Amino acid sequence: MMILVLLLCCISSVAPQESHHEHDGGHNATGISIVTFKWHHVETPYLIALWVLVSFLVKLLIEANHNVTNYIPESALLICFGFILGGMIWGADKVQTFKLTPTTFFFYLLPQIILDTGYSMPNKLFFTNLGAILIHAIIGTCWNAATLGLSLWGCHQGGAMGNIEIGLLQYLLYGSLMAAVDPVAVIAVFEQVHVNEVLFILVFGESLLNDGVTVVLFNVFDAFVSLGGGAIDAKEIVKGIVSFFVVAFGGSLLGTVFGLLISLLSRCTKNIQIIEPGFIFVLGYLAYLTAEMLSLSSILSIVFCGVCCQKYMNSNMDENSIQTVRYAMKVFANGSETIIFVFLGISAIDKTIWVWNTGFILLTLFFILIYRFIGVFILTWFLNRSRLVPISFVEQIIMGYGGLRGAVAYGLAVNLNETKIKEKNLMVCTTLIVVYFTVILQGVTMKPLVQWLNVKRAATVDLTLVEKVQNKVFEHMLVAIEDISGQIGDNYWRNKWRNFEEKWMSRLLLKPSARKKQDRLFNVFHQLNLQDAMEYVKEGEHRGSLEFIRNESAFVDFKKKFGEDYEEAMPDIMALNDPVSACRRDPVPSVSLEMHEQNMRGLREAEGINSHYLLDQHLYKSRKQHRYRFSRSHLDINQDENEVQEIFQRTMRSRLESFKSGKMGVAPPKTITKHTKREPQPKVQPSARFNRKHKSLLCCVYL
Amino acid sequence: MGSRASTLLREEEIEEIKKETGFSHSQITRLYSRFTSLDKGENGTLSREDFQRIPELAINPLGDRIINAFFPEGEDQVNFKGFMRTLAHFRPIEDNEKNKNPPATEPLNSRTNKLLFAFRLYDLDRDDKISRDELLQVLRMMVGVNISDDQLGSIADRTIQEADTNGDTCISFQEFMKVLEKVDVEQKMSIRFLH
Repeated sequence: MMILVLLLCCISSVAPQESHHEHDGGHNATGISIVTFKWHHVETPYLIALWVLVSFLVKLLIEANHNVTNYIPESALLICFGFILGGMIWGADKVQTFKLTPTTFFFYLLPQIILDTGYSMPNKLFFTNLGAILIHAIIGTCWNAATLGLSLWGCHQGGAMGNIEIGLLQYLLYGSLMAAVDPVAVIAVFEQVHVNEVLFILVFGESLLNDGVTVVLFNVFDAFVSLGGGAIDAKEIVKGIVSFFVVAFGGSLLGTVFGLLISLLSRCTKNIQIIEPGFIFVLGYLAYLTAEMLSLSSILSIVFCGVCCQKYMNSNMDENSIQTVRYAMKVFANGSETIIFVFLGISAIDKTIWVWNTGFILLTLFFILIYRFIGVFILTWFLNRSRLVPISFVEQIIMGYGGLRGAVAYGLAVNLNETKIKEKNLMVCTTLIVVYFTVILQGVTMKPLVQWLNVKRAATVDLTLVEKVQNKVFEHMLVAIEDISGQIGDNYWRNKWRNFEEKWMSRLLLKPSARKKQDRLFNVFHQLNLQDAMEYVKEGEHRGSLEFIRNESAFVDFKKKFGEDYEEAMPDIMALNDPVSACRRDPVPSVSLEMHEQNMRGLREAEGINSHYLLDQHLYKSRKQHRYRFSRSHLDINQDENEVQEIFQRTMRSRLESFKSGKMGVAPPKTITKHTKREPQPKVQPSARFNRKHKSLLCCVYL
Repeated sequence: MGSRASTLLREEEIEEIKKETGFSHSQITRLYSRFTSLDKGENGTLSREDFQRIPELAINPLGDRIINAFFPEGEDQVNFKGFMRTLAHFRPIEDNEKNKNPPATEPLNSRTNKLLFAFRLYDLDRDDKISRDELLQVLRMMVGVNISDDQLGSIADRTIQEADTNGDTCISFQEFMKVLEKVDVEQKMSIRFLH
């Protein structure tokens, strides 16, 4: 790999000279040359390909040793390697020929990452917590921007930064570009620290949705800076606020439209399955670019494109295509992320951009941290008052600490206009330092912080067996009561949306065959009479759809078999059909907020039957504890899926048993069936109710 | 209430339920609409099948037991009052309630009543004792298939040992309460009902 790098340096230094040669001696006809070194012919694509290769090789190096990645997140290591590479090129060239340009970043590297996150977004979780996410994204970001800008300005007035020419507006502009939490950095760091799904979706959702705010704030303040302080009046401010709504909603709407377009297309692609996967990439990218063109929020656009087309794509497309799409997205996203971080490192090694102002930099770092925490605490206090499950203090700390800044901020900083903003270099430098600080330092210390917090929290009081068991009983009870009382999921708007979706959207966007699978179950639910039910059960047992009742290891594929209703109930999983992979254990040891499991894994079974150990290992987790597996590099099923399978099969078996025993103690079915068919009179009500009872029990078996 | 379940809940009934359970007016109406949406037969009562139709309960290890807890001894239907009475156990305990009007009987969501509800989950035969078998049944429901019957049996034995003070190899309600006295039952067994 070193050879490649040296090659790069040589090439880049030789290249300018080559072109000179060409110009000078261009017209000498010296006869036919058999082989010519046509560097300038392939220069650009060659360099690009070479850089991509180098980045991937760096990643290979990093991943070779898992011990290191346990302590230092990948992104930090990539940046460090970027430093080294940058140093080498600087040494060879005395000039930084390669850097992360905003165009490259925003047009070629960012879209696929965001498309991947949108496509693999857990929709139900996302929309359930949408309120909290929006509040954090909008109010939180505005708060960050305002406080940072104002505090820095205040310090400037107080003389803490010496002589720099930055006015209030420019400070606010700077604040707005530093305010946004970066999705790329968040994923990279949170991948190591497994937190519960709600926490993850809050931080992650916020990092995605705050793009709408950032774009608006940045443009508004940019315009203000251009106009100069005097021209700002109420009208401009109102325009700013209106532009926020336009940008945010416009972007989302545009993305939704593209998402629906993709779904519609996927409905018709039965005959060209080989190109099916291509559509989403192309249309996703177009969604991004169209939003850019219309100066709407491009990140929001591509996120909603992915979010909307998920369901229909997965139902309509062929298995192979689904796999291809998922995997290809991960490849591209991973690749882009690698390149971004490497180049973030390289861009730093450039003497021309470095301006150092201790006050400015240190104060920025300080304020960013402080205001992030304050913002999170205030907002969560406010949100907790109406949340069913309050966000605990530890989780709030993690949310605050997880407010990482990344490449988006850097990209925006480099885009600043030098003529209007004299201190652009200072801003770029500070942005870089903040990015390094958050990604490297906060990334490295995130895991130890979580562990430390947990150690404090666990406050090792040894629980008795009774307490352990009873705690679990309480958890399951609460979850059950929540479901019965319809606290979660049974929502007026949810139901309305579900009905609308079934009636109109599914009809339009799902392939007829995909819809039939869902419909068949509905028909079972609505139309069975007892005799049909009995036959169906017999047939089912014969054909194997009820196989799981007999065969304990049969794998029930929830999404395919039971469609909507169960999709809601399951923790969102990207299910693979292969039961074998379900047994694959988590390869990367991870820290979670559940310290018990972390400790217990270390114990060895050879120590003998230890009741506590057994219980900890094997007690089923309740829904609150399901860990969400959003990972850039792993596509496996959440291993809790097995637990859920077991519970489901057991429950259904026992229900079917009670149904069968109920059936035994009643008059032969034939007569009762006749009654319901011909005489819907009050006389027959008891048996009618009996029929309904058994019908619905059967439906429970199926649903 | 008539042969067809009316969608209107009468004011007097709401008042009654309010007094008995402590839920607020809006909570009661909200839960009533949930009740009616579960009641597919539209006869004003819920049967076990109505509960079983909730998909999430099928993947809850204690789902069927909890459904059972809604039905009074030997009955197969539960009306709205019974529904609310069971749900009332899960209301959070509020301090200011004690000051306002000290209720004549212990409120349904007191610590003792909450623990009694939990106790009854184990004690199916209602003999006020959790026998080894009953404990084993519940443990089996909550644990994966990887634990053998012997191992589970020894866990059950140890658990009973911890709680049993009078040596009858069963856990009575008093013993149950005693062994859980350090547990924050109020917090672990309450959910905030939405308005």
